[in-house]
Amino acid sequence: MRLPLLALLARGPAHGYELKQDLEQLLGAAYPQPNIGQIYVTLGRLEKSGLIEGEEVEQSSRPNKKIYRLTAAGQEALSAWYEETSDEPRVRDEFFMKLALAPQTGLADQIVLINRQRRHYLNTMRNLSKLATADHRDNRIAQLLIEGAMLHLQADLDWLERCQEELEKPE
Amino acid sequence: MSDAHTAVLRAEGLVKTHRGEGAPAHAVRGVDLCVRRGEFVAVTGPSGAGKSTLLHLLGGLQRPDSGSIWLDGERTDAYSEARWAVERRRRIGIVFQFFNLVSNLSVADNVELPALLAGVPAKRARAERAELLAELGLAGKERSMPGELSGGEQQRVALARALVNRPPLLLADEPAGSLDSKGTREVMRLLSRFHQRGQTILLVTHDARLASAADRVISFFDGRIADDVELDGAPSPGAGVPAVLELRD
Repeated sequence: MRLPLLALLARGPAHGYELKQDLEQLLGAAYPQPNIGQIYVTLGRLEKSGLIEGEEVEQSSRPNKKIYRLTAAGQEALSAWYEETSDEPRVRDEFFMKLALAPQTGLADQIVLINRQRRHYLNTMRNLSKLATADHRDNRIAQLLIEGAMLHLQADLDWLERCQEELEKPE
Repeated sequence: MSDAHTAVLRAEGLVKTHRGEGAPAHAVRGVDLCVRRGEFVAVTGPSGAGKSTLLHLLGGLQRPDSGSIWLDGERTDAYSEARWAVERRRRIGIVFQFFNLVSNLSVADNVELPALLAGVPAKRARAERAELLAELGLAGKERSMPGELSGGEQQRVALARALVNRPPLLLADEPAGSLDSKGTREVMRLLSRFHQRGQTILLVTHDARLASAADRVISFFDGRIADDVELDGAPSPGAGVPAVLELRD
């Protein structure tokens, strides 16, 4: 959450609630939004590490609100973020370990495991495709996020298929 | 009501072996299947698993070595080629990966042809064609030739052609197989829409995204049904959609 908040502040100073709204508008309702508490905690930490600075603004009849702005150090951290490439998504190692170790435990059949995992993925895929056709059709960024999730899941399903092809063959 | 009464399509003990040069290929090795009215069923599996052969058997495009197929409860074992051709106009619409439109006929003629062949009066065939093309976002393309259209548009014409006689069953063989990601989404959306209006669909695809539009998914491996699952779309145990979408730092 730290760097996305810095990125949102690159446009100009804002308070916590504004940042939450900006994020919602950009990513759509499909994206699980961080709650406001998480945002305030993260802003506090960013301030402590000198990447942003806050200024209390008095409000009549309400508690003060704090407007945050990027510091030079924050600007630099953000630039560095954009300079580096992101890590590859990780292969789901938990299911892989289950599958690999199943024969020696005698507790589960590998093909049964694959079928069950496929059902799970297919249901999630169905929910994603519903999301994609539902109310986010006009939000391009949200669409791309959902499409990315579907393509990743498809790769996982293709991989399950390979496991099944391979493991059904006699050794 | 039992399955046998509501089944649009039923198959029992289907076997098909391709015998060409080299070793015989066991494409379909004993398949029982029942598709109820209004169902949207996807058959998925790796290429070479025999799923296209299965669809060809179900549509009468190939004959099984053994086993039986019922359409609307009627046994088809004794159907001649000519009878199957009639059924493919009346009771079964088919779309293929490569559209298979008649290249020297206009879009309008491609869609109207199966209606005219089925004995529908020309005026009604035109009306049905106009309605379907409008529905599929192809109004204004009536006079185009298939070669002038994009792949996605050609597949929509093929869909209109398959549905012009309002067949109880639609068979779709890799309908997005030659389309890009956007075309795939479009096909998905259209199949879902026709399904919501009651169209029974059997879809064969290796694309899990496309398959997830169905409400039942059959996993096909090595000529056999390995799994058959209703997708209820209910939140699955575990993290589910939110976790899949969560961006990580």
